Amino acid sequence: MDKIKVAVIGPGNIGSDLMYKILRSKNLEMSLMAGVVESEGIKRARSLGIEASTEGVKAVLENKDVQIVFDATGAKHHLIHAPLLKEAGKIAIDLTPAAVGPYVVPSVNMGEIQNETNYNMVTCGGQATVPIVYAISQAAGAKYAEIVASISSKSAGPGTRQNIDEFTQTTAKALELLGGAKRGKAIIVLNPAEPSIMMTNTIYVDVEEPDEKKITAAVEDMVARMQKYVPGYQLRVPPIVDGTKVTTIIQVEGAGDFLPTYSGNLDIINAAAIEVAERLAENM
Amino acid sequence: MEKKKIHLLDTTIRDGSHAVSHKYTPELIKPIVKGLDEAGLEYIEVTHGDGLAGSSFNYGFSASTDEEMVRAAAEVIGKSKLTVLILPGIATQEDLQMVRDCGAKVVRVATHVTEADIAQQHIEMGKKLGMEVSGFLMMIHSVEPWKVAEQAKVLESYGADFITMADSAGALLPEGVKARVSAVVDAVNIPVDFHAHNNMNLAIGNDLAAVEAGATYLDCTCRGLGAGAGNAQMEVLVGVLEKAGYDTGVDFFKAMDVAENVVEPIMERPQVVRNAPLMLGYAGVYSSFLLHTYRAAEKFGLDPRRILVELGRRRMVGGQEDMIIDVAYQMKNQ
Repeated sequence: MDKIKVAVIGPGNIGSDLMYKILRSKNLEMSLMAGVVESEGIKRARSLGIEASTEGVKAVLENKDVQIVFDATGAKHHLIHAPLLKEAGKIAIDLTPAAVGPYVVPSVNMGEIQNETNYNMVTCGGQATVPIVYAISQAAGAKYAEIVASISSKSAGPGTRQNIDEFTQTTAKALELLGGAKRGKAIIVLNPAEPSIMMTNTIYVDVEEPDEKKITAAVEDMVARMQKYVPGYQLRVPPIVDGTKVTTIIQVEGAGDFLPTYSGNLDIINAAAIEVAERLAENM
Repeated sequence: MEKKKIHLLDTTIRDGSHAVSHKYTPELIKPIVKGLDEAGLEYIEVTHGDGLAGSSFNYGFSASTDEEMVRAAAEVIGKSKLTVLILPGIATQEDLQMVRDCGAKVVRVATHVTEADIAQQHIEMGKKLGMEVSGFLMMIHSVEPWKVAEQAKVLESYGADFITMADSAGALLPEGVKARVSAVVDAVNIPVDFHAHNNMNLAIGNDLAAVEAGATYLDCTCRGLGAGAGNAQMEVLVGVLEKAGYDTGVDFFKAMDVAENVVEPIMERPQVVRNAPLMLGYAGVYSSFLLHTYRAAEKFGLDPRRILVELGRRRMVGGQEDMIIDVAYQMKNQ
């Protein structure tokens, strides 16, 4: 099978990490890095022998061979890019909060949405916690799911900081829509400790049937599925069942492709985006 | 010579919420607010201990919704300013809008002392809604004075009307309070508020140090009711400030009455410095971790002090109550 050609728009930290992940892929070929200025990210791509352009989305649209486009810019930009990419017949994988296309968490709903033209990657916290809520809701029914995502201060960029409500609202919505909880709540905490803390996620679920064996088996199975595309995804505290309250703690260590390993939050959303592209590529 | 004015903010219902496991209902709230208002407290803070939308597995569920609590307070409040707390990352601008519509006049937007820039949206929203806004920095013991000052300036730049500096772990000694308050007072052009915790029995002394260093606002609670070993005891603070020659505008007798007649009967335990809260102060751990730590210690059969020391070593910040379970689980399975 020929590799599927892909492009990344937005050569910042996220975009650069995506590029390294694509370079490791068996099914994807890193064809183009697009930005708007001669940035470090553009230079980095060129130094790896990858075509890079400062013409932004225009360069992507003009490249006939590119079939899948990762957008790692911002919500405002993606709202402009999305219709253009669609018109050009390219599939968009959106890492911004724009939410043009449906939410996707690969281990949960990729099978159901194979034919979309735009996929939204939810939030880092959503990628880490929705799978566990889904596993528990399938096994025991979820009346309410609440997650606490703790990330190191250094891994929270200006986008997250200036619009932190977007994180809590989008993640809570995904816990309901994809996770299967009747009601969802999300909390994010930034911790400046040095050395930087690993991304840690606590997932509380109020279940209908607190069958500990069934819940534990479902969670362990899901963790194994997650590890296939996020190798640093680990169960720190297996489900503790206390009445109808189930508490599970997950840690995400980044792969360290471009970003430091503590920033598992950035790694997991990128790893999930790559997984979406891989799954699409299998059927192209 | 005219006495120097000190503005008092009572947070018996907000910080005190931690000490009563968030059981406040409109029936409990109304007489407290009424009593505090009649005593002349300038600000009265009402919300879950962790602020708006704090009701959760992680921080404990409230007996009443934010809306019910704020509406109850608004119904009986007179001259005092009805105040709410919001922590970006827990509550959103929508929550703020909702309580403003219920009668809240003042909002304190709280972040960890190094993370002021997550408060921009919420401070600007508060101002847009016509509210008085405090930019609130938690765990000020954990960084050097210059860093607190730098972050206070960030909050001021977003439009905050005053700065609240919280010794959330009750870890500071008076010298540490003075150094941080002076640094902030020098850095900003807005008033400075100090929020003490009594984990090392220093709340009132630290308040005096804060005032000497230039703070003109102080937080307090009836009987000291609050997270950890509680806060500066309101009625004591009123008496102390009066003796020290400051003007609080509060009626000392009425202040004592509301503490003894209204708040004391609803307390679940005397607000004293037991061993675990002492460890909070000593190890520099966020005060509201206390009751959650007791529960985890019991569940896993551990000494709560050992859990607190480990939380301090890991430098956990406010809001990370979930890490108490993590620490207890890891200790148990070592």
